[in-house]
Amino acid sequence: MIGLSVVYGLAGLVFAAFALLSAPDRTNRKRFGNVLFWGLVATSFLAGDCLGDLGNGVLVLGLVLIAGTGQLGRGQPATTSPDERKALAARFGERLFIPALILPVVVAFGVLVLTPMRLAEGPLLDPKQATLISLALAAVIATGVGLISLRQPLLSPLQEGRRLVDTVGWAALLPQMLAALGAIFALAGVGQAIGALVTAWIPMDARLTAVAVYCLGMAGFTLVMGNAFAAFPVLMAGVGLPILIGKFHGDPAVVASIGMLSGFCGTLMTPLAANFNLVPAALLELPDRYAVIKAQIPTALPLLIANMVLMYVLAFR
Amino acid sequence: MLTLLGVAVVVVGFAVRLNPLLVVVLAAFVTGWAAGLSPVEVLAAFGKAFNTNRYVSATYLILPVIGLAERAGLQERARTLIGRLKGVSVGPLLIVYLLFRQLTAALGLTPIAGQAQTIRPMVAPMAEAAAEAHAGALDAATRQDVRAMAAATDNIGLFFGEDIFIAIGSVLLMVGFLATSGIVIDPIHLSLWAIPTAVVAFAIHAGRLILFDRRLRKRAAA
Repeated sequence: MIGLSVVYGLAGLVFAAFALLSAPDRTNRKRFGNVLFWGLVATSFLAGDCLGDLGNGVLVLGLVLIAGTGQLGRGQPATTSPDERKALAARFGERLFIPALILPVVVAFGVLVLTPMRLAEGPLLDPKQATLISLALAAVIATGVGLISLRQPLLSPLQEGRRLVDTVGWAALLPQMLAALGAIFALAGVGQAIGALVTAWIPMDARLTAVAVYCLGMAGFTLVMGNAFAAFPVLMAGVGLPILIGKFHGDPAVVASIGMLSGFCGTLMTPLAANFNLVPAALLELPDRYAVIKAQIPTALPLLIANMVLMYVLAFR
Repeated sequence: MLTLLGVAVVVVGFAVRLNPLLVVVLAAFVTGWAAGLSPVEVLAAFGKAFNTNRYVSATYLILPVIGLAERAGLQERARTLIGRLKGVSVGPLLIVYLLFRQLTAALGLTPIAGQAQTIRPMVAPMAEAAAEAHAGALDAATRQDVRAMAAATDNIGLFFGEDIFIAIGSVLLMVGFLATSGIVIDPIHLSLWAIPTAVVAFAIHAGRLILFDRRLRKRAAA
C-alpha cells in the first residue's frame, strides 16, 4: 500500500533542495535564515517520526524563532526575464497549459481509478489519504512532462519552486501550525468552554432565536478557531441536538448540513484559515495580507443570513 | 473560563499583526498554562500535533511544476488567451470559474484546482488581462482588488460545492458525530441539503462579480 510516508519522503527531499539551493543565493541577504528554516521543514518531513514529541516541539520553536525574528528572506533565483517569457509564451503557445492540465487529470485518475484498486494484500493507495497521494503523483508526472515539453533546465523546477515558497515565506507553515494549535485547544477544552458560555447566557425559547444562535455560533466559533470542523461538535452538542432537533423536532440532515455551511461562512472571514485566506494573498503578492478576506466578507455575510432563512424554512417542514 | 485566554491571544495577536507563527505558539502556551499543563508538556503536545498534521504542508509539492510553467511563460500565455477572446470581461470570466469550481468540487474533484494550481498561474493573470482590456492599465490598488477577487472566487466555489459530495471530510464528520449521538443518517441526505446553500452562494457571489465588473469600468471611465 502506498501511504503518506512516500509523500512525506518526497516533500522532505523537495524542501531539502529548497534549503540547499538557498545557501549560495547571494541575492538574499538573509539566505542562511532560509537554509535553516526550509532545512527544519525538510527534517520534519524526513525524520519527524523519529524525533519524539518534545523533539518536534523544539523543531517548531526553531521555526518560530527564525520567522519571528525576521531572519527569513526572499531568494531571487536566476530566471527568465519578462521579455523572454513573452517570447517563450509565443513560441510554446497552448503547449504551456499541458503541465497545468496534467495536474487535474492525474488527480482525477488517482481519485476515481487508483483509489478503488486493490492488490492482494489490500488497497493500492491508503484510502484515507488518496487525494494527497494523487496530488503528489500528479505533481511528479507534470514536472517531468513540463521539463521535457517546455525544454527547461533540469534544476529549474526546484529553483522556481524555491522562488514561490520564498514568496509565501513563513505563511507557508501557518496552516500546519494552526492545525496543531487546534489540538491544544481541544486538549484544554476550549470548545466546551465557549459552548457552555453560549448556551448558558442566551435564552432559546423561540425557534427563530435557536436557529440564529446555532448558525451565528457556527460562524463565530469558526472565526476564532479557524476551522468549521472544530465548531461543529460544540454547537451541535450545545444547541443543535438538544434544542433544534430535540425540542423543535428539526430535520437532523438539514440542521447538520446548513450548520456546517454556516461555519464555512466564518472560514471565509478569518485569518486563522490561513491556507485559504493568507497563503493566497502571499502567493499573489498582495501588499495587504487581509485583501482576500476583505474580498470575501461581502459574500459571506449575506450568505450567512441566507443560511439562517434556509434552515428556518427547510428544517421544520 | 481561563482556557479562553488562548483565544484572546490569537485575536489580539492577529489584530496587531504580530508574526502569526509567534502568535500561535504563544496562544498554545497560554492555553496549556490555563489548563494546568507545564510548558514542557505543552511543547510536547504541540510537537506531536505538528508532526501528525504534516499532510497540510505536503501540498506545496505542486509548487515546482507551477514555477516551471511560469518560467516558460504560462502567465503571459494566459493573458494572451484572454486578449484573443475579445470582449470577455472580468465579471463573466470569474463567474464561469466559480461555476466550474462548484461543479467539480461537488463531484469530489476538490484538488484539481486551487490557489497555487490555477489562481496564481492562470486565473488571476486572465482576470487582470480581462480587466485591462476594458479599463486600460490598472493601478496598484485595482490590480490587488482583481487578484483578491480571483482568490476569493476559488474559495467560495470550493466551500459551497464540496459538501454536495458525499465522501468529503466534513460530511463524514457530521455522519460520525450524529451516529455517536444516536442519530443514523445516510450521507446522501446531508449532501442534498447542501444544494440550496450552494445555489444561493452562486447567486450572491455572481451578483457581486457583476457589480465588481461595473465598478471597474466606472473607475476607468472616471
